Amino acid sequence: MSTNQNYIELFREKEKILEKASPSFMKEIRQDAMDHFSKTGIPGRKSELYKHTSLQKIFEPNYSIQLQPSKVDFKVEDIFTCDVPNLKTRLEIILNGFYLGKKPSLSRLDNGIIIGSLSEALRQYPDLVKEYLTKHAGTRSDGLVSLNTAFALDGLFIYVPKGQVMDDAVQVVHLAMTGLDTLLHYRNLFIMEDNASAKVIVCDHTLSPFRFLTNSVTEIYAGPGARLNYSRVQNEHLNSNLLTNLFIHQEKDSQVISNTITLHSGTVRNNTHVLLNAEDCDSQVYGLSLADRSQHIDNYVNIDHAKPNCTSTQLFKGILDEQSTGVFNGRILVRPDAQKTIAYQTNNNILMSDEAKMNTKPQLEIYADDVQCSHGATTGQLDENALFYMQSRGIPRKEARLLMLYAFAHEVIDKIEVAPLKNRINGLVDKRLRGELSRCNNCSMACRDTPLPI
Amino acid sequence: MLLIKELKVNVAGKEILYGINLEVKAGEVHAIMGPNGSGKSTLAAALAGRDTIDVIHGSVKYMGEDLLEMDPEERAKKGIFLGFQYPVEIPGVSMVNFMKTAVNEHRIFQGKEPLSAGDFLKYMRERKELVEFDSQLTNRSVNEGFSGGEKKKNEIFQMALIEPKLAILDETDSGLDIDALRVVANGVNALKNKDNATIVITHYQRLLDYIVPDFVHVLFQGRIVKSSGRELALELEEKGYDWIRAEANGQV
Amino acid sequence: MANKKDEVIREVTQNEYKYGFFTDIETDTLPKGLNEDIIRLISAKKEEPEWLLEFRLKSFGQWKKMSMPHWAHLKIPGIDYQDIIYYSAPRQKASPESLDDIDPELRETFDKLGIPLDEQKHLTGVAVDAIMDSVSVKTTFSETLAELGIIFCSFSEAVKNHPDLVRKYLGSVVPYTDNYFAALNSAVFSDGSFCYIPRGVRCPMELSTYFRINAANTGQFERTLLVADDESYVSYLEGCTAPMRDENQLHAAVVEIVALEKAEVKYSTVQNWYPGNKEGKGGIFNFVTKRGICKGNDSKISWTQVETGSAITWKYPSCILKGHNSIGEFFSVAVTNNHQQADTGTKMIHIGRNTRSTIISKGISAGKSQNSYRGLVRILKNAKNARNFSQCDSLLLGNKCGAHTFPYIETDNSSAIVEHEATTSKISEDQIFYCNQRGIDTEKAIGLIVNGYAREVLNKLPMEFAVEAQKLLQISLEGSVG
Repeated sequence: MSTNQNYIELFREKEKILEKASPSFMKEIRQDAMDHFSKTGIPGRKSELYKHTSLQKIFEPNYSIQLQPSKVDFKVEDIFTCDVPNLKTRLEIILNGFYLGKKPSLSRLDNGIIIGSLSEALRQYPDLVKEYLTKHAGTRSDGLVSLNTAFALDGLFIYVPKGQVMDDAVQVVHLAMTGLDTLLHYRNLFIMEDNASAKVIVCDHTLSPFRFLTNSVTEIYAGPGARLNYSRVQNEHLNSNLLTNLFIHQEKDSQVISNTITLHSGTVRNNTHVLLNAEDCDSQVYGLSLADRSQHIDNYVNIDHAKPNCTSTQLFKGILDEQSTGVFNGRILVRPDAQKTIAYQTNNNILMSDEAKMNTKPQLEIYADDVQCSHGATTGQLDENALFYMQSRGIPRKEARLLMLYAFAHEVIDKIEVAPLKNRINGLVDKRLRGELSRCNNCSMACRDTPLPI
Repeated sequence: MLLIKELKVNVAGKEILYGINLEVKAGEVHAIMGPNGSGKSTLAAALAGRDTIDVIHGSVKYMGEDLLEMDPEERAKKGIFLGFQYPVEIPGVSMVNFMKTAVNEHRIFQGKEPLSAGDFLKYMRERKELVEFDSQLTNRSVNEGFSGGEKKKNEIFQMALIEPKLAILDETDSGLDIDALRVVANGVNALKNKDNATIVITHYQRLLDYIVPDFVHVLFQGRIVKSSGRELALELEEKGYDWIRAEANGQV
Repeated sequence: MANKKDEVIREVTQNEYKYGFFTDIETDTLPKGLNEDIIRLISAKKEEPEWLLEFRLKSFGQWKKMSMPHWAHLKIPGIDYQDIIYYSAPRQKASPESLDDIDPELRETFDKLGIPLDEQKHLTGVAVDAIMDSVSVKTTFSETLAELGIIFCSFSEAVKNHPDLVRKYLGSVVPYTDNYFAALNSAVFSDGSFCYIPRGVRCPMELSTYFRINAANTGQFERTLLVADDESYVSYLEGCTAPMRDENQLHAAVVEIVALEKAEVKYSTVQNWYPGNKEGKGGIFNFVTKRGICKGNDSKISWTQVETGSAITWKYPSCILKGHNSIGEFFSVAVTNNHQQADTGTKMIHIGRNTRSTIISKGISAGKSQNSYRGLVRILKNAKNARNFSQCDSLLLGNKCGAHTFPYIETDNSSAIVEHEATTSKISEDQIFYCNQRGIDTEKAIGLIVNGYAREVLNKLPMEFAVEAQKLLQISLEGSVG
């Protein structure tokens, strides 16, 4: 039986469980998503968008699917502590795709901000959630999103009402920790009403030495004048595969900044879709990937300039060592009448070894004339002249290389707005480049960091 | 030659000139001075016919004709030359090709035969000497990669090729070192005769040591608040613009 | 002023296609449709050897298994391959001995196109192979070139006189399995040019092929094969026009270039097929496969193209850089106006060490046209120290057209350096006003600015062609800015 067929069967089998876990209106949404999935399946390599990343291969192993919260008989803090010093955040933990920790699992703060479990939000605020959930990702956009829509039961929900500001950054830690190879789904929904403002940090970690496949969807709605700063740190073990689907919908005058730092993982595919749906929006999408061994990091960004006078910036950098491979696929779409668009796209990569590979496809699709759009892409190695210059000043070659790599990465790190996080990432990147961070940092589980046989 | 009456203009819906009156006769040099933002460049652009400037009131007669009715190129061909404050770069278009096209458009308008490539190059060499223009620059694309000084000298060089009746030099002195300033001024003076006129727009008196004006006007908040002879420029140099400001505010 | 510019656009789009006339001439035409019999007939008409017929039939078998490619950013209406005439030849003596043997109508046609077949009329020293519909009408200067050992003749003659050379290289760069249109061409190609430059010879004149579609309902499927032996040099030009017709006509050509050690080939195209009318009716479908291989070390292939015509262009002149230190270049200006669509670019495949490639692409879109650059730079594992630089700019004139850039960069060697830059912009109001102020009207100003924008590429064309191309740019676009 094909992998796709497996999931169709699985859905039928688990339909009752899924139905019981969420309000009734979800039934139709899940069914619709599954109907779509049964037509498209998991995107294949023939699809131009997945030409360089074989999803079939990572979906192939026999995973068990996680459809209920894991029972834990220990405090999460005992096995996971966030080691970012001076980082004052509101910490939220999602374990294996389900909200964990705080009671109650959904809080309503004094200023009307609601934060906590999405599944709880579905129960308590069905009307609010219904208005936004799946509205930006759609149920039919691609097989991965359909699969997530059909199976995801929980995740983090944030609602910031009109004019409210979330003082502390929210830190969402997604942990994967099971006793067998597992397929995880989680779904985050962040609603930012008019002029609301927040900072969110998302961390992905693995805490047990099994094979994981995480297929996540995050939907962000930024209302008029809203501001959101969204940072992600992806730090999982080599047998962990991470698929993220981020959908950002922006209304007038809003600004959303997204920054994804991929330090470690098996195969990572980050899909970022930004829709600038009204005038005067600003979108900034940044990414840094550091890869070695057999890691594969694929970033896809699609920025849809649907209305005039918006600006967007994409900056993605990759350092690829050993047999790792990288993919960047960025698209700027300027629709007819989206005049005065200013859009930039940059992708720079350094290949550190002869076995490393990089595939880049920056695209411009422009249907309006009064625009300033440009893109640039480079793939190469460190500048020998600069290395020699440093050596001639007495800096050892190894150190000189590190200095240059660090400088290369810094441009992206510099865009992180939360200062303690920026410092921490600086440290992590430094360590990573020195080869000292060979497994998930600060993890008390000694993961086997060699590929598991299939 | 030029008669401006009660000229009021808007830029992007905002009124910038509130009623300008000015007469320029052949053979005269007028200097228009004023602090930043007083509307000097707007006046120059309005005379050249920039479409971002909306004339909402008043009239401009040039050689007895209604200037405001004309397209920018028609004004140019009838002898109005604007020396740009920020000359525009046109990548890939050589100076030679650009000026040959411009000069021949003027010639055709005047009922003369267009110059052949050879004749134009000869003509260009002659004029180059007149304004001490670096011969290397004419091989490059229009203004592309020129330094600030080179761009300004290039404006004067173009003026020498076109031989306008009324030259409006918009802050041609800004950003020039003393040598470049001298070259620019000498060029302007060399081109001057009894049949043409020059309007020099400047912030500083410095240029007027080299190009001696017959009249000096002070433009302030969209109006000419003072007109006098050359001595006005010196007075401004000495006292700055504050007293003008005080006087103008007193009047209002 | 904005209104005035719209007017200018309208004026320009009214511009008539200069080469849209039709020559009424007696032709030898095969019936419509594509099947094995037709292919056998074409082969028989050309008195081809058995191996070539086999090649055609193999290709036809392959083509039947394939389907139209749909990955390009193009809207291609359905093409009925059974409704096309695959062979149409002006009736004339099999191989004209002298000019007098050529139908005066034909000579007049080429005179009108500015391609005199009379060698005496050539001042510039360009040897021409003039092709109308399916056959070569006349190749000039063949004898002069033969003295140097250069073979320059129609493809059919080459098959007869130099079968070993043709057999050795035909399909060696573009195999018949390569793509849908290459397979079709391999099955039905009628004529084209063949050129061989022997070892150590620098071809003293520009070689040129002029393609003319004349007959109605006829597809043009020519095949060009160009072999430059060790240490030789040749500059090759290609031009093309077609009459104005309401129906679309298919042009599916294949060009193969082989550059051996230290050889250099410059291939320039000024493509001016009928683009269709203002409403997008008619015009040529230009689906062309052009590829060169730098087979020997230190060889160089340089493509320059000025694409102004055709209703739809699907074309990616490519270089396979196999020899060490070999160089590939691609310089392109593609103009689309009215309802034209173009998806064009290049492929640079770096296989050898120290291979270098440069891509300069300038797209200009006006009217309701769509103009895409699509380019692949692939650095293979052993291409140590490979270098690529790509610059792809788009200029939009008007707000109903589109300009798109789809570069693919695949790097598999860490010592390679690949750089890609692209910008999209429109002509600035400041530039136009600056020109206006110097007495240059808006229409001329736009002509100047567009030519300036394309300068880098036009400069790569041989002199006579550059002037022609510049004029063509003015005609295709003059002043169409919004």
